Amino acid sequence: MLISYREALNQAMREEMRRDDRVFLIGEEVGYYQGAFKVSKGFVEEFGQGRVLDTPITEAGFTGLAVGAAMAGLRPIVELMTFNFGILAMDQIVNNAAKIRYMSGGQLSVPLVIRGPGSAAHQLGAQHSQSLEAWFCHVPGLKVVAPATPHDAKGLLKSAIRDPNPIIFIEAQLLYSTKGEVEDGEYTIPIGQAEVKRQGDTVTIVAYSKMLLLALEVAEELASEGIHAEVVDPRTLKPLDLETIVQSVKKTGRLVIVEEGWRFAGLGAQIADSVYAQAFDYLDAQIVRVTGEDVPMPYARPLEDAAIPDRVRVRAAVNRVLHRG
Amino acid sequence: MHLVDADRKFMGGYAIVGGHLPLATGLAFAVTYQKRDRVVLCFFGEGAVPSGQAHEAFNLAALWKLPVIFICENNRYAMGTPITRGIALYADLADKARAHGIQAETVDGMDVLAVRALMQRVVNKVRTDPQPYFIEAVTYRFMGHSMADPAHGHYRTKEEVDAERKKDPLVLLRQTILEQRVGTDADLKRLEHEVGEIVAAAVKFADESPFPDPSALEEDVYTE
Repeated sequence: MLISYREALNQAMREEMRRDDRVFLIGEEVGYYQGAFKVSKGFVEEFGQGRVLDTPITEAGFTGLAVGAAMAGLRPIVELMTFNFGILAMDQIVNNAAKIRYMSGGQLSVPLVIRGPGSAAHQLGAQHSQSLEAWFCHVPGLKVVAPATPHDAKGLLKSAIRDPNPIIFIEAQLLYSTKGEVEDGEYTIPIGQAEVKRQGDTVTIVAYSKMLLLALEVAEELASEGIHAEVVDPRTLKPLDLETIVQSVKKTGRLVIVEEGWRFAGLGAQIADSVYAQAFDYLDAQIVRVTGEDVPMPYARPLEDAAIPDRVRVRAAVNRVLHRG
Repeated sequence: MHLVDADRKFMGGYAIVGGHLPLATGLAFAVTYQKRDRVVLCFFGEGAVPSGQAHEAFNLAALWKLPVIFICENNRYAMGTPITRGIALYADLADKARAHGIQAETVDGMDVLAVRALMQRVVNKVRTDPQPYFIEAVTYRFMGHSMADPAHGHYRTKEEVDAERKKDPLVLLRQTILEQRVGTDADLKRLEHEVGEIVAAAVKFADESPFPDPSALEEDVYTE
């Protein structure tokens, strides 16, 4: 079945809300507006206002409310209109959701999904274009998921909703309308499993969320030039499936990591460190990272383009690890 | 801080001022969602009242008529900052909740019987007619803010602390019991002895309990 990323998320939540009464959706405009990006289309009509809760624009308040509801045994899904606004809820996410199980010696759990789009879309400006996954990955107690395809989005969101831990589920505005094949019927994808999205043996490219689409595009171009890139999508950023990445690196000996987030202390730095620790002797070249630039996202189109990884930069990185001029 | 007894529905003490008011509101949301006959009691000091998270919680609780009783123990000092230097409208904290449409009352937090009567009435009200409620209990902190803070310090005088100590709720309740002949001095001494033994046993239990083994370091970061 060919569906959009948006529809995949919609199906995942709808199926889980039908399956489990404890699951409810809360956030800004999730009800009558049908979601700022129409992900919850039809939900308030099917599940009613009791399970599809429009909130005021108070991220700390409603995220904290969801954490409390999860502590009491419910299974909230918090929709952040974008993860930029999640910054207002960071106290609840970092100090409460991530730690309550540990602080209570396992007496309390926080089965919670916080989802919404991260990363840049087109010219939304500095406060609406951030890739903050490294922030969340840094915090013990959180799991972080960032699927790139409709198939992965659906299977991983269903797993996230069933998971007994707090999950940060990062989507992307530019992915919502992308389409892909999705299995018919019920399926889930385990959290913590990477997938090789394209086989190859010359170079490994690790990329996630919408950067995966960029990596696949470049891999296609390179194939016609005789360079066979293997593209690995971690899909889950924490816990990271390092084994699949290392296996690929052992085969290719070369690694390029593509991420949209800021370069300094970005997630790719962690992946590179882990790969160096486990596969240093297999590497034929230094690992090269392609990242967003360390600037607030500019509004002007040429500057925004300059701040985000593109084909040219990914190709240049591949050339570097292949020692090609 | 961080004490929890989930079996007794003591849902924890939290160390971020104001950050647990949304949690309590969420627990109350779950009560409503699961149609349970429960109320949530949420304690905090007056230092939490001006925080943004408190007001976000007040608004959501009022908006959705959630059965949570916000209990502000106003001891007049947020660590070392007196309320008069921390809250613009400090004279009536209950007004902060009323501004969100929450019923609110102020009680003498040093008067045990007054607090008891108020709580019985408010808990019954919230149980039968779910809605948030705000109680300001005016009290005082006899000790320092923490182990590192002496009983007074640079921010208040010994005379002030000594004067407040005369209103110690345990001292006042003792007087009331004797005056109204509810109990004798011997009864009270026996009670104090019993309570002392319970506390001593708890301290002994804590002292004698082993520290966790370092191998437990990563337990309960995640659950299966």
